[in-house]
Amino acid sequence: MKIIVCVSCVPDTTTKPTFIENNSKLNEQGVQFIVNPYDEYSLARAVALRDANPGSKITVITVGEASTEQNIRKALAAGADEAIRINAKPINAQYVAKQIAHVLKEIGFDIIFTGKESIDYNGGITGNLIATELDIPYTHSVTSLEVSGNEAKMEREIEGGKEVVKSSLPMVLGSQKGIGEPIIPNMMGIAKARTKPLTVKEPIAVEIPTLLVTHELPKPKGAGKFFKAEGNVQDAVNQLIESLSKEAKTI
Amino acid sequence: MSVLVYLDSANGALRKTAYEAVAYATHLGQEVIALAIGNIENTQSLADMGKYGASKVYHINDEKLKTFANAAYASVIAQAAKELNCKTIVFSASSIGGVIAPRAAVKLNAGLLSDINVLPKVENGQLIVGKTVFSGKANATFSLSGEYNVISVRPNTVKPSETGSPVNVETLNISAGETDFRAVAEAILKTSDKISLTEADIIVSGGRGMKGPENFYLIENLAEVLGAAVGASRAAVDAGWRPHSQQVGQTGKTVSPTMYIAVGISGAIQHLAGMGTSKVIVAINKDPEAPIFKVADYGIIGDAFEVVPALTEALKAYKQKIS
Ligand SMILES: Cc1cc2nc3c(=O)[nH]c(=O)nc-3n(C[C@H](O)[C@H](O)[C@H](O)COP(=O)(O)OP(=O)(O)OC[C@H]3O[C@@H](n4cnc5c(N)ncnc54)[C@H](O)[C@@H]3O)c2cc1C
Ligand SMILES: Nc1ncnc2c1ncn2[C@@H]1O[C@H](COP(=O)(O)O)[C@@H](O)[C@H]1O
Repeated sequence: MKIIVCVSCVPDTTTKPTFIENNSKLNEQGVQFIVNPYDEYSLARAVALRDANPGSKITVITVGEASTEQNIRKALAAGADEAIRINAKPINAQYVAKQIAHVLKEIGFDIIFTGKESIDYNGGITGNLIATELDIPYTHSVTSLEVSGNEAKMEREIEGGKEVVKSSLPMVLGSQKGIGEPIIPNMMGIAKARTKPLTVKEPIAVEIPTLLVTHELPKPKGAGKFFKAEGNVQDAVNQLIESLSKEAKTI
Repeated sequence: MSVLVYLDSANGALRKTAYEAVAYATHLGQEVIALAIGNIENTQSLADMGKYGASKVYHINDEKLKTFANAAYASVIAQAAKELNCKTIVFSASSIGGVIAPRAAVKLNAGLLSDINVLPKVENGQLIVGKTVFSGKANATFSLSGEYNVISVRPNTVKPSETGSPVNVETLNISAGETDFRAVAEAILKTSDKISLTEADIIVSGGRGMKGPENFYLIENLAEVLGAAVGASRAAVDAGWRPHSQQVGQTGKTVSPTMYIAVGISGAIQHLAGMGTSKVIVAINKDPEAPIFKVADYGIIGDAFEVVPALTEALKAYKQKIS
């Protein structure tokens, strides 16, 4: 089975973003980049799937500049067999999807893992875009995956419950927490990762009618109204209810 | 030119997010055409979309489209957009609309933005839309310049209001191709949650400060009085006290309710990522230095085990008084 895991590299979750070039770009100075958490879940499930299906191979694929290779090596250390880096700045999901679909058409695929969303621009759409470019099915927010023969059974999160989805292969899925427990690479994995193949490919020219114009930081909130319960819980509770009914008008 | 709005539905009924998508579309300053797909038991609810701003409603009720298949719905909607000459297509960024939108966008070679949470503008013929990025830590503005543009709107971004009157519902005959049904929903497993987290108007969440699963009845009782959904921090989920479907935050759900009440939650940046855009934030925490108070509009500094039962009782009395 040809297993593909799409990996995006995103600012560490504690990053406080600032912007440059007229606020059109993230200031990457001093920002630590990590493998997108959802891609770690994917990777974990992909490794188990490969191990259960002898002869299978996991290819990690990313659209990113050379600085992403550190994180790609981490994905190899966690168990992927080879990696492809498409040498371009990931401008947006549509751009990324066209690049990845183009390469996948060359190398072939059975199951393509993406994450439910990247924690930078929170698009949650790249996987579905790749699937559509390749004209294969997509299933979003997948919490469990079972594959037998040419068919997959998945559970995906929906409002107020879960949906059971049946899909034929090849397919793309967007993984959600639950599909696999992130693998922490061990020393042997890290050593092996150094010699696993990492191929760099140049991007194709594409035009996308979506443009990020500017970023801004949210306006700081005014100081809130806080009541101390110490000594008199009842008073604090009454004051809160008064505020919520008269000012906030939420009750 | 008109805007096409896809109406979310499940189990034979329109969802709250369908109304919101129509309400959002009215801000684009064009005629709003609404489209429902699959079985809708209450046909009056379709006609009633006129009240919320649609001037026409179409219904595609193909037998095969009764069960949800995002690829099939996307094909049908893309065809409808062309047929009805709609250049902008609006979806809800829900588990339904949100997974149709990208697929429809590829079919229409469209500009695309997902999970929008501010009102749109049109400048020099371009659609200007915005959303929170970096999990709530910044906002970004995008311009879409495709011949077609596809957008999805985060639940709870706009409040629908009744301004018009019911309209005619017309049947549209468009069907999907065989290959659009390679992934289909087979069954729905309900969780015990009475109200879905992402659609809830009020959410009460508990964190590690609740000390154990046996104490979450306090959160549930408070939620019950408020008609609220119950959420949790990752600490509470990882400890096995609550199911992951209730986790709010970076690796859980992103919510945007009218009021979010955080009980015994410190307000770590990854938690704020999931609820920072809530309209009113209330914190109950015994530590006055907890970061949650930096984003909270109201709060009580105190022990949750004293405050929550007192608040629940007082709210009960308040609700009785005003009803
Ligand atoms: C990659 C990544 C992703 C993450 N994703 C998420 C996510 O999606 N959602 C999420 O929530 N977290 C997430 N986290 C974890 C996050 O960093 C915090 O660890 C977590 O939110 C803490 O949960 P908490 O506030 O319940 O617990 P704590 O931080 O331990 O806070 C407990 C709070 O309860 C208060 N308290 C204690 N006893 C009482 C009492 N009797 N009465 C009142 N108050 C009391 C304390 O003062 C404290 O403020 C993520 C972390 C990482 C690294
Ligand atoms: N630059 C990228 N390179 C490879 N995969 C990506 C890239 N950006 C996004 N993805 C994949 O798409 C998923 C969803 O991303 P997004 O649509 O940006 O929220 C991620 O979890 C990745 O699996």
